[in-house]
Amino acid sequence: MLQFVIRRFGQSIVLVLIVTIITFFLMNLAPGGPSSMMRMDATEAEREAIAEQLGLNDPVIVRYGSWLINAFQGDLGLSLSSGQPVLDRIVERFPHTFNLAIWTVFFSVIIGIVLGIISAKNRNTWKDHLINFGSVIGLSVPSFWLAIMFILLFSVNLQWLPSSLVTGDSIWDTIKMYIMPVLILSTATLPTIVRFTRSSMLEVVSQNYVRTARAKGLKERTVVYSHALRNALIPVISIIGVLIPRMLSGTVIVESVFGWPGMGRLIVEAAQARDYNLVMGVTVVVTILVVLSNFIVDIIYSKVDPRVKNIG
Amino acid sequence: MNQVAEAKQEIPASPKARSNGFFRRLAKNRMAFAAFLFLVVIHIVVFLGPLIWNVSPEKVDPINALAGWSLEHPMGTDDVGRDVLSRMLAGGQITLLVGFCSMFFTVLIGGIIGAAAGYFGGWIDTILMRFTEAMMSIPNFFLALVALTVLGKSPMMVILVIAFTSWMEIARVVYGETLKWKESEFVEASISMGSKSMRTLRKHVVPQIIPSIIVSSTLGIAWAILSESAISYLGLGIQPPTATWGNMLQGAQQYIWTSPILGILPGVAITLVVLAYNFLGDGLRDLLDPKYQKK
Repeated sequence: MLQFVIRRFGQSIVLVLIVTIITFFLMNLAPGGPSSMMRMDATEAEREAIAEQLGLNDPVIVRYGSWLINAFQGDLGLSLSSGQPVLDRIVERFPHTFNLAIWTVFFSVIIGIVLGIISAKNRNTWKDHLINFGSVIGLSVPSFWLAIMFILLFSVNLQWLPSSLVTGDSIWDTIKMYIMPVLILSTATLPTIVRFTRSSMLEVVSQNYVRTARAKGLKERTVVYSHALRNALIPVISIIGVLIPRMLSGTVIVESVFGWPGMGRLIVEAAQARDYNLVMGVTVVVTILVVLSNFIVDIIYSKVDPRVKNIG
Repeated sequence: MNQVAEAKQEIPASPKARSNGFFRRLAKNRMAFAAFLFLVVIHIVVFLGPLIWNVSPEKVDPINALAGWSLEHPMGTDDVGRDVLSRMLAGGQITLLVGFCSMFFTVLIGGIIGAAAGYFGGWIDTILMRFTEAMMSIPNFFLALVALTVLGKSPMMVILVIAFTSWMEIARVVYGETLKWKESEFVEASISMGSKSMRTLRKHVVPQIIPSIIVSSTLGIAWAILSESAISYLGLGIQPPTATWGNMLQGAQQYIWTSPILGILPGVAITLVVLAYNFLGDGLRDLLDPKYQKK
């Protein structure tokens, strides 16, 4: 077990390094180098001065090295657009994205598993077809468009839900604020969980131990919920790890539509402002977040399914 | 596995007979067939429509901005008075082309990486598939945004960025299939007769993988169209005045309260086309994948 954890941890670190390298070198591919990312109205002399100050005249590899050393010490540099430390700007935005992500995972896992079971138990009936049809629609609608249509319907016409982040007094206000963003973000995750649960259930139901349970004369409920479901859910845990990066990509869109001050919007702002320290900072923090959650999912998975350790 | 290989080889050799059977079976899956017909119609309308409705999609007419429908403008006009119908047609061309080209590069990258890893095995396999896994477990959209900001927003760049952030799924499919067919008897026979590995790969392995690639690419077009619209929404996609369904939505967002139709039309168009590609992809999988066929 310990060996598995250590190896997985090592892989995670390599992954984070790869992402930082890709992002760093990508930004330096910009025509004219990183100095072109600065204000358009800056004079040549100003550019030179800023470039000198930021060490932009050094070779890329040297700059990446020093960025990495600083990052390891928790220093992600100063935001070029606001002058604040990058880490401060991220810490300020982080909770909004985190809450959104947690609620989305929670919602889509529970609803997804329930729908998946209904679908599998009623295979090839109208319920199954309806759920399948709904999943395909969920995967096909552009999420930002759905968000705009939701705002048009629920915020403007019916006035049930707020269209953006508002600080409410009661818990109900807070819940109302989350309903639309969580629903929209779930369209990226829910259909996959439903399909995965369905096929996993169908596979397990044909296994020998389920047949044995039936042959013993156990009630159908007992067979489905305590014999089949438990085993069917193991692979579903692994799909959550795959869905987390997809969901975080979704936050970019959802946060932009709902004016949500999270990390997804921060990366858009940073990219538009060509704030190159901020882009690096957000990318590395988001990647660490993803890698960490994948790491946790893998550990849980290997705890639940002892077979994984040997393969992993 | 060998049974599957044999079953495949039993398909009639005449390409005509084969394609007839294919379309007949596609027609049996009503959803997929409806999707296929819908896509054919949409492509005809979008690409041939401008021959009949030859109003310029970029001609500005501010006096008639945000007009409702009329004989002159059957779908009304947008915020600077451009004809919405002609922009829907022109935008559809770009959107569908971007979807198709992105899918082409996605399949190219994913196919080469997956086939190389599966066929050569060993350290090539380890490096390529670990890289694929790594690319799958990072939030690609963040990278795509950075890339488009830095490298510019031309249609080609949008296509390449979509391809470079979505090839992993296909790489895994091709990898799995290559591993499967590599062991088959006709591939062994080809190798034992002294065929070079590139020739074996091209002549014997790739043809077996094509059904899976067709399925993945159909679903890939759907994904690419959605990605293009999301990128356009953030203002990082193909720039106006060139219309795409995605950037029409972005432009419409400001006027969504006063002229909701401007936002509804491109959104419905994207949803229907993506939905059709998804249904067609699912239907083709049932049709082409022997694993699903037997059930």
